[in-house]
Amino acid sequence: MARSPGPLTRKFYAIARISWPGVVSALFLLLLIGATFTVLLIGSGPIRLINDLGKDPYLRQVVGFTLWQASLSTLLSIGMAIPVARAFARQSSFPGRRLVLQLLGLPVVTPVIVAVLGIIAVYGQSGILRDGLQLLGLSWSGRFYGLTGILVAHVFFNFPLSVRMLLPAWDRIPSENWRLAAQLGMNSRQLFRWLEWPALTSVLPGTAAVVFLLCFSSFAVVLVLGGGPSATTIEVAIYQALRFEFDPPRAAALALGQLGICTALVLGLHHWIRAQSISRGLASGARYRPDVDQSIHRSFDLAVIGLTSTFVALPLGAIVYAGCTGPLSSVLLDSRLWAAAGRSVGIALAAAAVALSLAVGLLVTSRHLVFQLRRRTESDVLQIAGSITLAVPPMVTGTGLFLLLLPLGIAFDLAVLVIILVNATLVLPYMMRTVGPAFLDAGHRYDRLCRQLGMSGWYRLRLADWPIIRRPLGFAVALCATLSVGDMGVAALFDTSGAITLPVLLYHRLGAYRFDEAAVTALALIVLCAVVFLVVDRGIGRWHS
Amino acid sequence: MAFLTLKNLRFRQGTWQFAIDAKIERNSCTAIIGPSGAGKSTLLSLIAGFERPERGAIFVDAEDITALAPALRPVTILFQENNLFAHLTLARNIGLGRHPGLQLSAEDKTRIEEAVAAVGLDGLEDRLPESVSGGERQRAALARCLCQDRAVLLLDEPFNSLDPALRHEMRSLVDRLRRERCLTVLLVSHNPEEAAEIADTALFMHGGQILERGNLEELLKRPRTSQLAHYLGQSRE
Repeated sequence: MARSPGPLTRKFYAIARISWPGVVSALFLLLLIGATFTVLLIGSGPIRLINDLGKDPYLRQVVGFTLWQASLSTLLSIGMAIPVARAFARQSSFPGRRLVLQLLGLPVVTPVIVAVLGIIAVYGQSGILRDGLQLLGLSWSGRFYGLTGILVAHVFFNFPLSVRMLLPAWDRIPSENWRLAAQLGMNSRQLFRWLEWPALTSVLPGTAAVVFLLCFSSFAVVLVLGGGPSATTIEVAIYQALRFEFDPPRAAALALGQLGICTALVLGLHHWIRAQSISRGLASGARYRPDVDQSIHRSFDLAVIGLTSTFVALPLGAIVYAGCTGPLSSVLLDSRLWAAAGRSVGIALAAAAVALSLAVGLLVTSRHLVFQLRRRTESDVLQIAGSITLAVPPMVTGTGLFLLLLPLGIAFDLAVLVIILVNATLVLPYMMRTVGPAFLDAGHRYDRLCRQLGMSGWYRLRLADWPIIRRPLGFAVALCATLSVGDMGVAALFDTSGAITLPVLLYHRLGAYRFDEAAVTALALIVLCAVVFLVVDRGIGRWHS
Repeated sequence: MAFLTLKNLRFRQGTWQFAIDAKIERNSCTAIIGPSGAGKSTLLSLIAGFERPERGAIFVDAEDITALAPALRPVTILFQENNLFAHLTLARNIGLGRHPGLQLSAEDKTRIEEAVAAVGLDGLEDRLPESVSGGERQRAALARCLCQDRAVLLLDEPFNSLDPALRHEMRSLVDRLRRERCLTVLLVSHNPEEAAEIADTALFMHGGQILERGNLEELLKRPRTSQLAHYLGQSRE
């Protein structure tokens, strides 16, 4: 005779029945990260890293350079972003403002390897900039590869991002404050001192934290633009240890170090990273500011904005130009390009789908916990689990899986699966941040109504949530798929054919100094990204249930 | 036994304590009055099942419903806002009262038409909530409540945002439906005079407790406690 379950068991079943989606997602992430960590620990031996760091000057140099370039990149990006964001805030209406802000959003979704190519074409040893300077009778023969190149590329990606992350600070200044400042006769410098700087301090730490983290675990930029041991970051050193020196213990030790530093950074900066949002910068509360109409400020602002746009647009324009004038037919008729493009799209869509499933699982349960069980802490834990991969760089997970699969021999199909998995964890934080707010908002508005009507599970997802989250979800999946199409890190690690994905193919053409072909390939990659983004965004976003 | 019984109900939110005992007669309309923070909405949340009491029990028609999920209780509720899904037509919103996945039988459809007619929304079924007036939105929500076939109707100040004339109209509609369908109505109100139009009895809540109960007009005319007098603005100081 079966014993009837006690009240505790019943309660456990009741909770398990409702919270399984989040538990499954969280377990999946935990398993992946735990396996990675274990493999790395076994692969390296924990003492070895510390020993190596003490003895090996190369390792010390790599860690030191990684921190040094990330600090410099952050300082430069933020330092440049403050005056530019201020210019945008002060000039809240000029023709094309929206367009310029959208332009500043482009570097984030541009495949890193493509942007790097564009930066070389403009600022490199034989780039447009040096040609232009020579025409003016100036010459500059400094080395571009190395720290200079890395900094230019990091600023290219992170300075526009910082501008967009800093802009919301100005929205928080109440319009009464501007009127009061006008009443008190404050000049531009005093406005900055008394109104703008205090508002900025609420977003500066978060922005700097995000930029530092991105630069710290930057891979493709350093791989292409770094020069030798003096300009190598930990991620690139991992790649080299696995691909060239074939030294798995050293790769494992490096990956463990990278994981440790990243985790420490994320934990330390967690408070600031969480509260960040990216504004479209369209609010115009500053129309009462007293210094807006002075023509000297207006000219200055517009000049700053013009320079910024040029800085962002030049490398992108250079790629498009070089691509269009390159050997189009020979590159485009190459079947390797199409095969790589096909795999890139397949991997991207699969990775986005995996990330979406994980995110929805976490969000459904997190929402249930907060609205129905009043468990805010547990709910927050699930939300943080979705962003945990910020602390675990894809190269680290990749290394773990590489070492795990090494005894089996890394077959091509297996490599594709691993890339999907790692890319999914790479884009998961973006997915959580884009879909999460809409999901919670739907809960906030309709949770009681749904419970009253007995709408749960599939009914609730289909009838109550889907119409609300459709648009942000379409955008999130499109963004994640696009980021995944352009990502190169783990694909480069697992590549055996030189053309596993389109970015890897592009990297190899670049490495072989075939710049013409590389430019056309880059153009193809840009077009691919744009097509994936538009098709997915429109496809899901406009799909009526 | 009374139709709706709240027996020794205890609930806590932080340091805020809630302790209620009450009996509500079948087919009555009871106004719950009191200052904000008195626990009026919490009382409705407990009856509807959105909050679980720490102790005590809730009975409807002698059946203990304390452990039931909100959707399984013989109770329906109109909120202040967000009573309708903004992306579904009025008809579909009302249909959700029949089946949470909108799988509607022929009988369900008849019932929906009937409810639409009962609240006077004929011809507006296929509109979205945003394209009808605030009063029509709350009528649709009321129609959905009717479709749910529940004996107890809770009103959590659903007519607050409407104009005075519309509020009056909605109150008459609730009054008529209560009589026709033998509903037991509990109504949270910030405005005792308005509540008196349809409510015969009243509970005065203060600090999570019921301080006074009885005939609403009587309470308004002759408050027994200083708190009610103060709330009504009749204190002598």
